[in-house]
Amino acid sequence: MSRDFTPDEMMTIAAARMLTSQDVCFVGIGPPSAACNVARLTHAPDITLIYESGTIGTEPSVLPLSIGDGELCDTALTTVSVPEMFRYWLQGGHITIGFLGAAQIDRFANINTTVIGDYETPKTRLPGGGGAPEIASLSQKVFVTMKQSRRGMVETIDFFTSFGHGEGGDHRRRMGLETAGPVALITDLALWEPDADTGELTVTSLHPGVTAEMVRDTCGWQPRFAANLAKTVPPDATELSVLRELKARTARAHGTG
Amino acid sequence: MAEFMSLRDAVATHLSDGMMAAFEGFTHLMPYAAAHEVIRQQRRDLTVVRMTPDVIYDQMIGMGCVAKLIFSYAGNPGVGLLRRLRDSLENGWPHRIEIVEHSHAALAHAYEAGASKLPFAVLRGYVGAELPIVNPEIREITCPFTGQTLAAVPAINPDVTFIHALKADRRGNVLIEGIVGVQKEAVLAAKAAVVTVEEIVDSFESHPNALVLPHWTVDAVVHVPGGAHPSYAHGYYPRDNAAYIAWDRIAADRDRFIDWMTEHVLQVDETVFAGRVAWSDRS
Repeated sequence: MSRDFTPDEMMTIAAARMLTSQDVCFVGIGPPSAACNVARLTHAPDITLIYESGTIGTEPSVLPLSIGDGELCDTALTTVSVPEMFRYWLQGGHITIGFLGAAQIDRFANINTTVIGDYETPKTRLPGGGGAPEIASLSQKVFVTMKQSRRGMVETIDFFTSFGHGEGGDHRRRMGLETAGPVALITDLALWEPDADTGELTVTSLHPGVTAEMVRDTCGWQPRFAANLAKTVPPDATELSVLRELKARTARAHGTG
Repeated sequence: MAEFMSLRDAVATHLSDGMMAAFEGFTHLMPYAAAHEVIRQQRRDLTVVRMTPDVIYDQMIGMGCVAKLIFSYAGNPGVGLLRRLRDSLENGWPHRIEIVEHSHAALAHAYEAGASKLPFAVLRGYVGAELPIVNPEIREITCPFTGQTLAAVPAINPDVTFIHALKADRRGNVLIEGIVGVQKEAVLAAKAAVVTVEEIVDSFESHPNALVLPHWTVDAVVHVPGGAHPSYAHGYYPRDNAAYIAWDRIAADRDRFIDWMTEHVLQVDETVFAGRVAWSDRS
């Protein structure tokens, strides 16, 4: 294992590759934000990044710590109010990709970011949904990115914060949703995509050096693997240097470096 | 009609125990100085509303001001969870607060309905989400024209809304630029509005579409330079991200939290805020 990149870097870069210059992307904070900005700084320079603070077409030089850091506004094409953001731009159908993180996810890409344990008597109270419930239902497509772990990838999520494919199959359609929902889960080990019929997340590509066993060991359900399982292309030199420089600038800016 | 007041008088005049209060500002322009004055005046049994409770409500909850929280995202953005809120919900310290939880879209719409003097807001929301099961204030409504099922949430009309803004002029008109969040809606929805500002100027010299709250929509204007710290004021000073990161450790322990609040809130007044921020160079 003498690779010169980390699983985290592979995750961010694999997630960034999913985005194009044509996308209008509603960016979640944390890992999604890193992926979206790497995409903008590499192969997707014309991508429109939108943060829920109302900043449209923002081009931050460092990763924001919050969704409302000043640089997002300074570099945005325009900044709108939060009600307008959700009413006109998200509900209005202008978002092609909603990019979310998750504390817990199940095999049908339903997401929990609300609570571990019971809602009324929580074991761990998490931040809650924020913009995610509507980002998940109203963006044309949803990407999710998170590190694999048995704690995070679970058989049954403790709370349905954001609806993915529900019970699978045509559940989204039955709920009256016309958007595609989660079409990719990008982890530190693999790329997962929902099965066309069942909606169940299926491993379609293993990152370099990752075995099926490693995926199984870090997943709380019995994962399915695609018949034509691909190998993720390793990060190239440009992708890695863009990501590392972005992280270094970010650490300096936030006083954590 | 806007009245220029001291922060102490503005809080004492407009906020009583048991009221519903909103302290808005979406990451930007959060009214920390006003919240700290509320903590010093030991207001109790408040129903507080905020889309993103953040450190400002972690402090108010931990100091025992809050009975009920209406919110849509309760984290320390980019850092982690709100430990004083968690201690209240998970362990009942200092007491267990009641929570009414929404999504951002719904709470933003609820403020908008409040400002519009409508009884409720309607949105395409919560589809497949579990919040409507735990929050009985999230209902369904059928469109009378198309028969579509939509989500409805009650309007938010606070007794008082606190915001921090960039400038007021001599008449008490208020200017907000940058990320404007839901402040306009939260002010217009409220029965009273208290605004702290970075500076008081003769003229805004702004552009025609700037967000200006006319002086007759505001009840009290208070000059508190730096009053949004550790949040930020566009063009005046940046967000103090290191302070947000440091908060996670301070709030992790009850004694450390109380010590910090005693030293930095209870034993000082709002004049300390100007010294806490990294002022941008302005000509």
